[in-house]
Amino acid sequence: MTKSLPGKIAALKEPAAQTAARMIEREPYYEPLGREIELFEAAYATQIPVLLKGPTGCGKTRFMEYMAWRLKRPLLTVSCHDDLTAADLIGRYLITNNETVWVDGPLAHAVRCGGICYLDEIVEARKDTTVVIHPLADDRRILPMEKHGELLHAPKEFLLAMSYNPGYQSVLKELKQSTRQRFVAIEFNYPSAALEKKIIIAETGIEPAVADQLIRLAEMTRNLKGNGLDEGASTRLLVHAGKLIAKGIPARAACTGAIAAALTDDPDMLRAVNELANSLF
Amino acid sequence: MSSPTRSSDAPAACASQGAKLTAAQLEERLDEALDPVLSSRRTAQPLAAKLASLGRDLQDFALHWTAVIARTSGELAYRFAALAPDVLGRVDPPAAEAWIIHAMDTFDREGLYRGSAELTNVDAFMQASRHSGEAVAFEDVSNVLRLLVCGLAGRPLKIELAAEAYTDTETLHLPARMCARASREQNFLLYKGLATHLWAQARYGTFNVDPTQQLAKFADPARALTLYNYLETTRLDAIIARELPGLARELTALREGAEPPRECARLRDAAASAADSLALVAALYDKNFEPPRLSYMGVLHPDIAQAVRASRLAREKKELQTELAKLLPDEPTETEAQPGGDGAPRYSVAATGDDTAAGLELSLDGEPFTPPAHVNDLLHSIAQDLGEIPQEYLVPANDGEHAQRKDGGDAAHSLQGPSPEEGTHFYHEWDYQRRHYRKSWCALREVDVNPADPDFIDATLTRYAVQVGQLRRTFEMLRGEDKWLKKQPAGDDIDLDSVITAFTDLRTGRELPEQLFQRRFKAERDIAVMFMVDMSGSTKGWINDAERESLVMLCEALEVLGDRYAIYGFSGITRKRCEIYRVKRFGEPYDQTVRRRIAGIQPQDYTRMGVAIRHLSSLLNAVDARTKLLITLSDGKPDDYSDNYRGEYGIEDTRQALIEAHRGGIHPFCITIDREAREYLPRMYGAVNYTVIEDVARLPLKVADVYRRLTT
Repeated sequence: MTKSLPGKIAALKEPAAQTAARMIEREPYYEPLGREIELFEAAYATQIPVLLKGPTGCGKTRFMEYMAWRLKRPLLTVSCHDDLTAADLIGRYLITNNETVWVDGPLAHAVRCGGICYLDEIVEARKDTTVVIHPLADDRRILPMEKHGELLHAPKEFLLAMSYNPGYQSVLKELKQSTRQRFVAIEFNYPSAALEKKIIIAETGIEPAVADQLIRLAEMTRNLKGNGLDEGASTRLLVHAGKLIAKGIPARAACTGAIAAALTDDPDMLRAVNELANSLF
Repeated sequence: MSSPTRSSDAPAACASQGAKLTAAQLEERLDEALDPVLSSRRTAQPLAAKLASLGRDLQDFALHWTAVIARTSGELAYRFAALAPDVLGRVDPPAAEAWIIHAMDTFDREGLYRGSAELTNVDAFMQASRHSGEAVAFEDVSNVLRLLVCGLAGRPLKIELAAEAYTDTETLHLPARMCARASREQNFLLYKGLATHLWAQARYGTFNVDPTQQLAKFADPARALTLYNYLETTRLDAIIARELPGLARELTALREGAEPPRECARLRDAAASAADSLALVAALYDKNFEPPRLSYMGVLHPDIAQAVRASRLAREKKELQTELAKLLPDEPTETEAQPGGDGAPRYSVAATGDDTAAGLELSLDGEPFTPPAHVNDLLHSIAQDLGEIPQEYLVPANDGEHAQRKDGGDAAHSLQGPSPEEGTHFYHEWDYQRRHYRKSWCALREVDVNPADPDFIDATLTRYAVQVGQLRRTFEMLRGEDKWLKKQPAGDDIDLDSVITAFTDLRTGRELPEQLFQRRFKAERDIAVMFMVDMSGSTKGWINDAERESLVMLCEALEVLGDRYAIYGFSGITRKRCEIYRVKRFGEPYDQTVRRRIAGIQPQDYTRMGVAIRHLSSLLNAVDARTKLLITLSDGKPDDYSDNYRGEYGIEDTRQALIEAHRGGIHPFCITIDREAREYLPRMYGAVNYTVIEDVARLPLKVADVYRRLTT
């Protein structure tokens, strides 16, 4: 295994190959909810970083893929977690054959190749980690890489974007003002019933009548938000249920698996959501 | 711990011995049990004569239950004894027992009239409980049903227990159990059908007409109302079929083929309303149409529903007008203040989409805007009652009215004060003779102990100064040993293991980990303890002093230890006035207020322990801790005034409450000074979970010591 390591590192150092892999070739399916495409393009043109806010499963990540395709830029997505260090974003030295090799992290890579770096669920990352993006996120647009002794200047094609869900914001998971005030915020929410129906049909190919029922069910679960559910069923869950139904799974079973059990572990709530699904299908 | 079975042995044991009792013997036994309700004109003799024909085991069964019921109500027991020979002749004992328990539960809940009605109604009960093993109880499904109707949307609805199923448009009342069907699924479906139909009555305007007034013209308004109920059920079935096809399919099975007559066809129309049902009543009434009784049909109480609806409309109209006034932009007030400035209405509402309640768009001066969520809820609730938002509802309250209403509203609210039920918790109580719970039997309130002079605390601390010092030292040692935590990013020493691993990582080209240190760490004692202090009248005098001193010493020790603890006193008189006295809550600091409350602990009334344990267990269960302890400080056995809590009943109820607590992960323990405690405490707490302190004077020193032993 150690033998192949230099090869791997060489591959890592080959930005062109990596960049090609990050390009989105086919147009992702996306239905605009409002003027978010316009807004995003304007922010991109004026080099202002973008913050996507919205509940889970409402299309934030899909929107990023769509915009990357539309702008023809590579997309580097980093899913943030609380062990994410600054080095994970910027890059680090690795040792091979008694020799140190510098490997760029996704953020540095995106800056070098003029791509879009998307930090998903930024609040999950520790606060000291998020600070490294500050010089990139204002008009300096630089990324200092102290360990490597290099200062990267972002080209005009580079864009920093991040997402967070204000819904489950605890005091521990709040975005620092100094971070959030560097971004243009685009707010996402669940699409209107008509649009959601269009999305579900396009994504899954189920009958419009079934899509209608799925949307009714989503409304019902969203009524339960705050009464024992933290979130109602997202568009993503409806798409999952729709896909199962399209595969021939009976609707009730599909809703149990894709919606009820995905939403909650509480036995009463589970039963109530199942009953709601049963009352529709 | 197993559940108590003692009482069940009693009749069985008798059954095995002896021959049939004679009428005279029976009369004697009945006289004894029914004494308070017998008189010269009403003797036990006819009862005994009929019972004499039964076999000995059935005689014993009847006598046993007569005595049990007599402890609840003599009158009910008399009626049971009168019915018993007939019923026991044809019903097997377990079914008869269920019937008796059901009647007693009804008596507890609704009094003698309903209770004895249930007793007399034995056939209906047997019919309904054919599948009693498959019965579904209200308490098992009420939460699911609440969530279900909440998900179905419309106005938020409460779910409550009642003798019959009906709705007042804000609360769905459902019966205690469903057992008409052969399987649990089917019985649950019945509940679900009832609940959704009641929900639909509120949601789709069954009471948006006034049935009482409209149906008064018929010779038999009750029959007309039954017809109306049936027609509404038909109309709502059609709506459910459109909106909730899955449920409609399930309900079809419950309809058992009973299809509505031809005239009802128009009720299936999407535009049909309650008015159409009313109009149809006349046609079917004259034809003497006998509506089938559908199993998922509730009853209608139009008067109750109308009253609730009228008061809600009045309230919501005011609220809406006030809210709309708040939403008005500030600047145009001057032009408005001019006389004759009442031009076009400022607010208007338009329905969006095809369903009236689906979308309502509020506009101000023709400009649509999105109102805050609670205003939106108000609009929908009003539209649900009236089908639209009348223009008069959209007139913003002017400032004078607004201020007036605010004041008036607040004053009215404060005048009401807390209703007698407010802040009252209800708990079941175990009746060992019935071997069932008495539902919501005890009413319990939490009150604060009146703080007293803290001199008592100072005196105690001075008196036990040496012992307090010792206690503190002992408890300090308990505080948890220090531990070394490895692989830390910072610490007071190098963690050699991780350094070696790091070195190899480094050589193989992996990342150098940052966790190379170790540091000391104090292990957390994750303990929450609840002290339950007997404040009954019998503690008066030096026992009370000893209790208070014990608490002082205990607090001193626990403050050192850092365990979370709470102290509550308990007392009360009768089941309707059980009281819990707050001395120190979890999370409350041991400060002057708490000290003064400890000093203020005074003997009160009686010792109804079961309910106190149930309440304090629920408080303790709300605390997140690995180990939970419920320690009772007591001077005697459970006891209460005027009902039969004293003796075996109280002990069995307490035991049951402790079993419940144990099931919830709580370790109960009892410290008592009652020397006779060894006779009953093992039954209640188990053989090892109590300690008897012979010398009251030693209590203050022992309690902390017992606690130390318990938690190490």
